[in-house]
Amino acid sequence: MSDLTKLTLEDALEGMTKGDFSSVELTRAHVDACMEASDLNAFVTTTFEQALNQAKASDERRAKGEAGSLEGAPLGVKDLFCTEGVKTTAGSQILGDFKPPYESSVTTNMKADGMVMLGKLNLDEFAMGSSNETSSYGNVVNPWKKDVELVPGGSSGGSAAAVAADICLGATATDTGGSIRQPASFTGTVGIKPTYGRCSRWGVVAFASSLDQAGPIAKTVKDSAILLDSMAGYDPKDSTSLNVDNGDWVASCEKSIKGLRIGIPKEYTVDGMPSEIQTLWDQGIEWMKDAGAEIVPVSLPHTKYALPAYYIVAPAEASSNLARYDGMRYGTRVDGENLNDTYERTRAAGFGPEVQRRIMIGTYVLSAGYYDAYYLQAQKVRTRIAQDFKNAWETCDALLTPTCPSAPFAIGRKVNDPITMYLNDIFTVTANLAGLPGISVPAALDGDGLPLGLQIIGKALDEDTVFAAAGALEKAANFTAKPNKWWV
Amino acid sequence: MSKPETGPETGVDAETVRKIARLSRLHVEEERLVPLADELNGILGWIEQLGEVDVAGVEPMTSAVDMKAPLRADAITDGNKRDDVLANAPRSDSGFYVVPRSVE
Repeated sequence: MSDLTKLTLEDALEGMTKGDFSSVELTRAHVDACMEASDLNAFVTTTFEQALNQAKASDERRAKGEAGSLEGAPLGVKDLFCTEGVKTTAGSQILGDFKPPYESSVTTNMKADGMVMLGKLNLDEFAMGSSNETSSYGNVVNPWKKDVELVPGGSSGGSAAAVAADICLGATATDTGGSIRQPASFTGTVGIKPTYGRCSRWGVVAFASSLDQAGPIAKTVKDSAILLDSMAGYDPKDSTSLNVDNGDWVASCEKSIKGLRIGIPKEYTVDGMPSEIQTLWDQGIEWMKDAGAEIVPVSLPHTKYALPAYYIVAPAEASSNLARYDGMRYGTRVDGENLNDTYERTRAAGFGPEVQRRIMIGTYVLSAGYYDAYYLQAQKVRTRIAQDFKNAWETCDALLTPTCPSAPFAIGRKVNDPITMYLNDIFTVTANLAGLPGISVPAALDGDGLPLGLQIIGKALDEDTVFAAAGALEKAANFTAKPNKWWV
Repeated sequence: MSKPETGPETGVDAETVRKIARLSRLHVEEERLVPLADELNGILGWIEQLGEVDVAGVEPMTSAVDMKAPLRADAITDGNKRDDVLANAPRSDSGFYVVPRSVE
């Protein structure tokens, strides 16, 4: 039998439908591939035995004609989604051996559709990072290794590395400032953050609630549509969940973009951006034109303020969300001299440096005397940023931009320089602040043979157009490169 | 906007870091106060540029998408999960959390 791990999700599902192979065979192939790839450190927890049992149950369902949309597909789950009875860490020590007694709504949807779960994927601690280097479970290594080990991006670094290395057919991820799209760009995979409110946040460990949104990382645009269609949907348990139907996203991936107006925001050309990224962006514009789209220059004048606004809003929300980790109800407790000392020592031992830094920034910008100057100002700037997009939608239907200002960089290179690290998200964070859907599509290799992605940003709830434009981009780019399997 | 009372010119000092750490319920060793002040000042100084944006008459964003806050019936939908809830407690006894004494 040919190597089943090389299949796309779409082809794997079709192969099982036709009876070419079973979920047990497909899952076994992926478990073997995962075991060979331990050098990538993509997983925090593996659940291979359960996966094989789930695969067996899946084959039985299929035999009875009860196959769901992800029936029998071995997938990975970012370790930010609570999974019933399976340790959930958020990449942090503070949760100890936390085993959720419940399942997140997103993974509940996927399990109902027949997902086989291979395990829980590594991530930056509490999803705070752009390189997976803040995880307390060690760095994830990008499968695209050169002479030195490279970061896979973050925070969904484990998800991106696992999909790029063909050890999971697809994976869940989350995106607060770029944490799906940036790692997708760094690993030659596809990642979509849908409109805020499409995927339920219930059972996803909270970072910044007004920005957090789940989505998939996948091998192809169509695979990402198949996964998102399972993940998304109304959930009364999340008060920001949107009660709207999914589009026909899988079909949209093949829709013509003839006549579609693609906006090119002039502010997304930034100082110090490698010329290769500008060249790729120009190439992307040509591809869109060739596919029949109309190219429209647009202006998003408040773009440069997006990251500073994000670094007020996100830490502020995080400082509040992370107040629950007090060592009383779950996780590890470090005893102190009194109750307050116990809280302080528990949190100092359980949270890593980046998480502590963000909690303190958040506490500071929310504290008496500074709230108006920092937090309120940031929320007003956020309104301006959202307005920029609304203005742009008067002349275009979607935007084309680079996903990241650089190719993947070496592990350790930026870890001690927070602001340089934060700049990774300069092109992605705007979509979070405005709640818009954005997708990264692998478009080319740079001079060093490393993947670069292009991003499509769409109107709220217009994933159909986003998938159509991404499908056209994928077709034109014809990105077929794969990393060498140095880890086997 | 009125300029923040602190910023790159004045900056947070060790004493402010001590106060923030206390509010954040984070234990910080004495010798870490100054390095942390430097780190926070680096980030806060960079954030200062937001002050350039004209936000006259702009409402602060309160929701990323246009939607009404949903209401539901005031009815019990879940419960009776004491043992599930306590299963992850660092310490519990006879159906209760065991916590440090908080009232002397």
